[in-house]
Amino acid sequence: MLDIKNLRVAVDGKEILKGLTLKVEAGRVHAIMGPNGSGKSTLSYVLAGRSGYDITEGSITYNGEDLAALAPEERAARGVFLAMQYPVEIPGVTTMMFLKSALNAQRRSRGELELDAITVLKRVRAKAAALNVSEEMLKRALNVGFSGGEKKRLEILQMALFEPSLAILDETDSGLDIDALRLVAEGVNSLRTPERAMLVITHYQRLLDYIVPDRIHVLAKGRIVAEGGKELALELEAKGYEQIVKDAA
Amino acid sequence: MSSAALETKDTVASLGEKYKYGFVTDIEMERAPKGLSEETVRYISAKKGEPDWMLEWRLGAFRRWLAMKEPKWARVHYPPIDYQDAYYYAAPKNTPKKQSLDEVDPKLLETYNKLGIPLSEQMALAGVAVDAVFDSVSVATTFKEKLNEAGVIFCPISEAIRDYPELVKKYLGTVVPVTDNFFATLNSAVFSDGTFVYVPKGVRCPMELSTYFRINASETGQFERTLIVADEGSYVSYLEGCTAPKRDENQLHAAVVELVALDDAEIKYSTVQNWYPGDENGLGGIYNFVTKRGDCRGDRSKISWTQVETGSAITWKYPSCILRGDDSIGEFYSIAIANNFQQADTGTKMIHLGRNTRSRIISKGISAGKAQNTYRGLVSVYGKAENARNFTQCDSLLIGAECGAHTVPYIESRNPSARIEHEATTSKIAEDQLFYCLQRGLGQEEAVALIVNGFCKEVLQQLPMEFAVEAQKLVGISLEGSVG
Repeated sequence: MLDIKNLRVAVDGKEILKGLTLKVEAGRVHAIMGPNGSGKSTLSYVLAGRSGYDITEGSITYNGEDLAALAPEERAARGVFLAMQYPVEIPGVTTMMFLKSALNAQRRSRGELELDAITVLKRVRAKAAALNVSEEMLKRALNVGFSGGEKKRLEILQMALFEPSLAILDETDSGLDIDALRLVAEGVNSLRTPERAMLVITHYQRLLDYIVPDRIHVLAKGRIVAEGGKELALELEAKGYEQIVKDAA
Repeated sequence: MSSAALETKDTVASLGEKYKYGFVTDIEMERAPKGLSEETVRYISAKKGEPDWMLEWRLGAFRRWLAMKEPKWARVHYPPIDYQDAYYYAAPKNTPKKQSLDEVDPKLLETYNKLGIPLSEQMALAGVAVDAVFDSVSVATTFKEKLNEAGVIFCPISEAIRDYPELVKKYLGTVVPVTDNFFATLNSAVFSDGTFVYVPKGVRCPMELSTYFRINASETGQFERTLIVADEGSYVSYLEGCTAPKRDENQLHAAVVELVALDDAEIKYSTVQNWYPGDENGLGGIYNFVTKRGDCRGDRSKISWTQVETGSAITWKYPSCILRGDDSIGEFYSIAIANNFQQADTGTKMIHLGRNTRSRIISKGISAGKAQNTYRGLVSVYGKAENARNFTQCDSLLIGAECGAHTVPYIESRNPSARIEHEATTSKIAEDQLFYCLQRGLGQEEAVALIVNGFCKEVLQQLPMEFAVEAQKLVGISLEGSVG
């Protein structure tokens, strides 16, 4: 589904990703682990198409298409979803209004019929309960005054609503206490399907206790330096990144 | 440029071709001689069949105007206007009705469609004979009957001068005096027409006057004059203008609006102004110099201004409230959008004269392109205005790096019991907000429209329901091409 080859990415002229290669198949959950500054967030942004992240070399192929050639909103319509580490606030725009506008924009782009407010509301409600997203939250301005946990739950709610084929979760565990983490992880696990691929980006092993990956990649200094099954996370936890990076070198 | 933007450009370009062929009809005009003189003023008054007192009133204004200087304090720049090189009265001898929408400028229709205006209204707005679509005469008659029953007078001001001279004499020029300012005085001398509303004691006007207004698609003059009087305990809501773009050949507009609210009366006045702003290079566009003022003359009266200003090359406009009556309330809710080379200098004046008077100002200014947007406001509390209260909130939003936002608040208080609050913010549409929206599938322009509408929400909520939705779309359309 996703095929990244020898990817080099620069931000403000500074090279952050230095030849990253990664393959993700449908139905699989891959974890990207790595120390701070290793390029984890850069990877998530470049996949989503944020401006300022320039690909200098290499390629990203998504379902046979050159992903880099698509605008961010076109990627979204084709099923690329990024659950952000810091979801932004948009004052004056109710959460419900935002969800409806975004869902319909994606549908329009795919040539599907737009849904009316009531249909969208029904769909949102059906998914909101499991994530403990209240009606009241849906009426508030998007992310404005939301707690860290509320913001992350709303990200997962959007993931459930948009039904992406590639979901990238950037540090979804950051700022969450253990109960909130469990709730979010359950939400993510319920979205694992044979068609959907996930890329879980995290600094800590903790999240992977709840979202168990099929494969783990260790990112350091802009390259994948180690790969393995879910047990690699435990090894990392025991040894620390420094040792793993050294071992790999 | 995105492929969508390119497509739009192509479409517009092709429409431009059609436009050339669309307008070949020569309209026979009846005109006053060029330039401004006593003769012109007499000509206009005679054309309107006015009584002598009205002519004298106009002439008095004209003589005062000759001695006045054009104000230069606003933060707007434009080449000098030659007042002798203009026509002050021009009326088509007979307005030729277009027979179908095929004869209408397709670009205008495109905008109507984006705004979601029903087809029948599109035809009315574009000046197509609407009788074929629905019986506008009978709709108008139903409205007229309803208003008559309630005793509400709602007619062109030229008609009111003939039919209700006592009412007009009693109130005209009492809120905006003939000598108020350069543009108001000019208007007093040469106004061609406008609207008169009188709501009798204790009457709640049975409909939004906007509804009627829109179906009649009244033709806006260059020098419009509006007078609205709400007698004791009455209520009226009036909507001026239209979300649809107005094509107008007159570059200079100088309207005057006067509102009078007596004891316990309430007037809600909403404006959506979407005149031609000039092209993306700053060529053309309407100069809009308006004087709007409401007088809360009675105790416990209330006047509320809501404006959405998206058009015109230059906007110079300060809808104000004189809070004369004790316990009276003045409100000003404003959205001013300036894109490309537009310049807007707008705000309000709240003059607290009576005891326990309250005022509230919510201003949202949006600047994009190379536009300059200024909020200029005065809150003044006089010595006798015990316990006056004011709350002002001024928010500016910048889109891009070449535009400007300016806030110029004047606050004066001569009474120690006054409480005046002023809050102001300036923000930019943040890159991370935009990216978040794009990531969720919204296009660039849709994302900007969504963010800006959120920013304006408090003001949009003040508009009559039917216009709020259109105004929201208008906000998006006005900012098209401002990002990316």
